[in-house]
Amino acid sequence: MLGLSPDEVGILALSLRVALISVLCSLPLAILVAYGLARSSFPGKTLVDAIVHLPLVLPPVVVGFALLVLFGKRGPIGSVLNEWFGIVLAFRWTGAALASALMGFPLMVRAIRLSFEAIDQRLEVAARTLGGSRSWVFASITLPLALPGVITGTLLSFARGLGEFGATITFVSNIPGETQTLPLAIYTFTQVPGGDAQALRLSIIAVVLSIVALATSEWLTRRSKRMQGDDRS
Amino acid sequence: MIEVDIDQQLGAFHLAVEFSAEAPIVGLFGRSGAGKSSVINAIAGIAEPARGRISINGMTLFDSKGGINVPPEDRRTGYVFQDALLFPHMDVRSNLLYGQRLRSPVDRSIEEARVVELLGLRELLQRKPNTLSGGEKQRVAIGRALLAQPRILLMDEPLAALDIPRKTEILDYVERLRDELSIPIVYVSHSVAEISRLADTVVVLSDGKCIAAGEVDEIMGRLDLRPATGRYEAGSLIETTVVAHDLDDQLTTLAFAGGELIVPHLDASIGERVRARIRARDVSLARQRPAEISILNVLPGFVTAMDDGVGPIVDVQLAVGRATLNARITRRSAQQLGIGVGQNVYALVKAVSFDQRSVGYA
Repeated sequence: MLGLSPDEVGILALSLRVALISVLCSLPLAILVAYGLARSSFPGKTLVDAIVHLPLVLPPVVVGFALLVLFGKRGPIGSVLNEWFGIVLAFRWTGAALASALMGFPLMVRAIRLSFEAIDQRLEVAARTLGGSRSWVFASITLPLALPGVITGTLLSFARGLGEFGATITFVSNIPGETQTLPLAIYTFTQVPGGDAQALRLSIIAVVLSIVALATSEWLTRRSKRMQGDDRS
Repeated sequence: MIEVDIDQQLGAFHLAVEFSAEAPIVGLFGRSGAGKSSVINAIAGIAEPARGRISINGMTLFDSKGGINVPPEDRRTGYVFQDALLFPHMDVRSNLLYGQRLRSPVDRSIEEARVVELLGLRELLQRKPNTLSGGEKQRVAIGRALLAQPRILLMDEPLAALDIPRKTEILDYVERLRDELSIPIVYVSHSVAEISRLADTVVVLSDGKCIAAGEVDEIMGRLDLRPATGRYEAGSLIETTVVAHDLDDQLTTLAFAGGELIVPHLDASIGERVRARIRARDVSLARQRPAEISILNVLPGFVTAMDDGVGPIVDVQLAVGRATLNARITRRSAQQLGIGVGQNVYALVKAVSFDQRSVGYA
């Protein structure tokens, strides 16, 4: 496929799967948190805001280590998941998805929150007077109007997930075929004598992938803005 | 029947309004900051008063004692906002149907086709709100509110963002609604012209209090309400009937309980009832019937009241037949003419001082 070796296709597929699952699972929570931060005031809001942003400023290896401590087989959360549900995250691709979801979460929340804040809330009031319940108004007015932000946030988080390295390698290690995503594979090749050519090939794939993700984001955002009758973009 | 009795503290502003009104169009009048919007927000359920009771046609929407607070989506109050607030991500038709789809079919008495026809929306249905002019947006907003099958229509300064030709256009549409659909309207405005033309009953608000309520011609003619109604726009309202058209000179003659008025041509048929508003500053006074004068309307009457304030201006209230007319003249003129209560005078009104906004169908 496109001159890629089966190994490279495997790495690419794993990376895409990890990034995709991480984004899909974190999106509903991100929308909820973004809405809460944009619209309500509650005690401890600043703290929640800070915690959400923590992965953005912490060394990724610290996040990975925290995940290992909490979600490892003997960790407080990991042991419960393992014993009650039979779910193991450490050293599995699902763990890699959790790590990239966490690292991409602040980007996702930020973009979505900004678009919630940009909505004229009187539109929601108007919808209420027309007979819309709170939840219907959210689904029919608020969320569609926040769509550009939701798209931007999702793709940013997806691109961030594709590039995730530090937290992933700390939490789920570097197991070929299970947790060895694109950046981890590139790192591995740079550590092997004569692996430079392979590392370069994979790097080019990474660059192309990132550009495609960003271009898609831009295109989708414009499209949704046009659909909302905003001609400025 | 609209009954409102509410108390609400908004920062330093205290709203304490009590009134009840029954009329096709109830005008909620007052200067900006008087609390008009707060009152209709409370009626619509957007804002919750601290205390009180609101009911429409016997249905209680809010009662602090009884613990009743119907959520806005169940009140069925059609709210038309000052700046339309159309949903930008939907085309005009989806905007129109937003509320209708949320009402059960049993409650749907106002049909889409009727509203589209009434408000002239056929050409706009596929358009997006950002391609509409201000007047078109406001028409769509009115249609959207109507299709949500309201028990009452609340209009909050619906003309404030429009230019004068658009204002006249929307006023015509509001009059059509009143005549063709039997939905009571609460019309909020700070404009004497709009309230005079549309409202039957007026509630005057000032500083969060209701200072007067009653028939529109009585309220608009009252000298003591002048601080609230505004000095510049003060005037009187006269109910008239169209009696003749002069097609050569493009003039229309209106008869009222004190004589006749000649105004620029009016697109109304003979016998139709029309409401004319005469601003006090457009009325001059004379002790004798003037001869050889360009003013077409010369109305004999006598002075019933004068304000005795200070300053260069005097407001004089006249009885012309059974109608009341206000005139605004300088204190010097009043003194030179020796005008006092009981005096017979002639009121002079230029025909050209009437415009589309001051003469409308009643």
